[in-house]
Amino acid sequence: MPDIEKDLHTDYMVINMGPSHPVTHGTVKFLATLDGETIVDLKVDIGYLHRGFEKMCESGTWQQVIPYTDRLNYVSPLINNTGYALAVEKLIGIDTPERCKYIRVIACELSRLADHLTNVAAAGLELGAFTAFLYFVEARELVWDLIEDLCGARVTANYVRIGGVKSDLPDDFKEKTARVFKRCRELWLDVDKLLTKNRVFIDRVRDVGVISGDEAIAYGFTGPCLRACGVPYDVRKAQPYLVYDRMDFEVPIGEKGDNFDKYLVRMEEIKQSMRIVEQALEQIPRGPINIDMPQFRWQSKDDIGNRIDSLIFHFKTVIEGIKPPPGEIYLAVEGANGELGFYLVSDGSGKPYKCRVRPPCFVLTAAMSRLMKGRLIADIVPTFDMINMIGGECDR
Amino acid sequence: MLADFIESIAKIVFIFSINLGFFAPILGWVERKQSAVMQDRIGANRADIGGFTIMGLFHPIADAVKVLTKEDFIPAGANKFFHTIAPFICLVPAIATFAVVPFGGRYEIFGHQVNLVIADLDVGILYVFALASLATYGVVLAGWSSRSNWSLLGGLRASAQMLSYEVAMGLTIIGIIMVYGSLKLTEIGAAQANFFRWGIFLQPVGFILFLTCAIAENKRVPFDIPEAESELVAGYFTEYSGLKFVMFWMAEFLEIVTISGIVTTLFFGAWHLPFVTDAMLLSFFQFAGPNGAAILAMLVNVATFFAKVSFFIWLQMSIRWTLPRFRYDQIMRLCWKMILPISLINIFVTGLVVLL
Repeated sequence: MPDIEKDLHTDYMVINMGPSHPVTHGTVKFLATLDGETIVDLKVDIGYLHRGFEKMCESGTWQQVIPYTDRLNYVSPLINNTGYALAVEKLIGIDTPERCKYIRVIACELSRLADHLTNVAAAGLELGAFTAFLYFVEARELVWDLIEDLCGARVTANYVRIGGVKSDLPDDFKEKTARVFKRCRELWLDVDKLLTKNRVFIDRVRDVGVISGDEAIAYGFTGPCLRACGVPYDVRKAQPYLVYDRMDFEVPIGEKGDNFDKYLVRMEEIKQSMRIVEQALEQIPRGPINIDMPQFRWQSKDDIGNRIDSLIFHFKTVIEGIKPPPGEIYLAVEGANGELGFYLVSDGSGKPYKCRVRPPCFVLTAAMSRLMKGRLIADIVPTFDMINMIGGECDR
Repeated sequence: MLADFIESIAKIVFIFSINLGFFAPILGWVERKQSAVMQDRIGANRADIGGFTIMGLFHPIADAVKVLTKEDFIPAGANKFFHTIAPFICLVPAIATFAVVPFGGRYEIFGHQVNLVIADLDVGILYVFALASLATYGVVLAGWSSRSNWSLLGGLRASAQMLSYEVAMGLTIIGIIMVYGSLKLTEIGAAQANFFRWGIFLQPVGFILFLTCAIAENKRVPFDIPEAESELVAGYFTEYSGLKFVMFWMAEFLEIVTISGIVTTLFFGAWHLPFVTDAMLLSFFQFAGPNGAAILAMLVNVATFFAKVSFFIWLQMSIRWTLPRFRYDQIMRLCWKMILPISLINIFVTGLVVLL
């Protein structure tokens, strides 16, 4: 062998995966240096979906940021909405009514459900299991139907408001949710049968993308990827927000931190999210959905049309924006991919002075080259899928 | 002499028309429809003529029109000659392999012996392997000549995979050859007239191994690493378009038919109905006279054969739409460390049983 290597001129092959490549479903580029099929080096090149989200936020009023947050993690927009609204409310120092909190929990968990369904479906698709993909896409469609009932849009929800939500739950929401979840559970079982005990699938994801808990924390991992390493960190349990402390749910953790553990954690979280939604629908009290402070959340259209004070506040908040007191705040919620944090700075005006987002998948994507060095080129596929990099959130 | 000539031409035309005219276009539709059924979808149903869609059966026609009018693209820097010739090297063996597969037995019609196989070669099964090896060249050349890294990786994977599985496939079949004592596919088929002498009962392990190897040789999911779309875009045919692309596609479908034909011949009693011998068929159709009875028996046998072929096509499609794809190293490990030793043991055990 050494003789052959001396006589034969060999060279590494440098190959560009992306930015437009079937595996890079979030517009990202991998610059892979290959020795045959083995990855010698992998550079991740992000930023193809950079739209200047943080700068855009500074040019509109506080309320006008909410539609922008839809476009962060566009697979779970309601969690982004909620995270931003909670941060602003904390900055102002207000608390929303009970019913609003429950509605937000329901919205967040439906979004998490949609995100995990998409992620596991894509994992199947990218490994060639197209059937499993379509089963979960059907489930996601049903969940999106619920979200559509809730807020009128399927993807760009724009539902949560500072100090409330856009509208109340539709009348038959509970019954419809029960129907949808029944079907989702059937589909979950189907996919479980197709993938979880499938030898080919296990061979592809077991022991690929392994990372230890300590190293994952050092990288800044959060969410399902961190929990797969055996670290039971979930913002919903660690710093309960909304009414998560009243909900009975488990935080699944893995052992090895490989792709199979990440898959199992997500599969279990799908079930837990459904449980949370069902509990929230049981416990939800009657009452107002918006805070009764017209300087932060405008009042009903009826009031605005008939009462002069409501009209004045409406005019002021729309034209000048709501005005949180000067200060800064960091607040994190459990996004579908991990800790989604908002760092807001207010100078007392109607526009954010600074709006910085801590995207969970940014640090996950940064770990790609560490996870992939020395592996085969085919391992990029399941690993990158389980990282679940969402371009809108990572690049902002 | 003339009768022989006419017989040969008739058989060639029959196989050509059923393979290229029926199976190749219809399998595209079958794959779309079957995957749709398995995935709770509707599947192809839009192409219509005057408002009639007949379950999307016009889609093959629409596809053909589309393909014929597409630009034939050759990337800059590609080796034009090999880039052009590669799909032909893939397609021709796929068509030619069926020549040795018998689709019926021997019949005496109007005093003329009709043997329902295009070429009754003494080396039958070796011819199949020889042509399968030729197809490897098409894939490797396509990958190499496209001057694209994806194609090159696909071609490399294909060469390693197909060569490995040819070795294993050759060994899995030795058991059957030992049991029936012949390389001729017609003789192997004729030896399975008794239901309990079917290859599946005499060589169950050989059957599973052969089917696995055959699917791997055809590069379909779960063995589709040469074209793994999520890793290599489309692998060795990334840079192909229009008719040349379809030639790869047709080669794949024809190989599905050929694999089904060979599996049927070797393991599933070829053209024989279970528990029904040729003599029983002939006596059943006695009312039509000796020639008529022979023709009717022939039709029943041919129909039986193609029904079995259709069953195996269905089986291959179900596997394709159920399983995820292996990784490169796993495929090689499966071949060299699992299938090869098992087939060697199979040969050894078969040898012992045959000797005793």
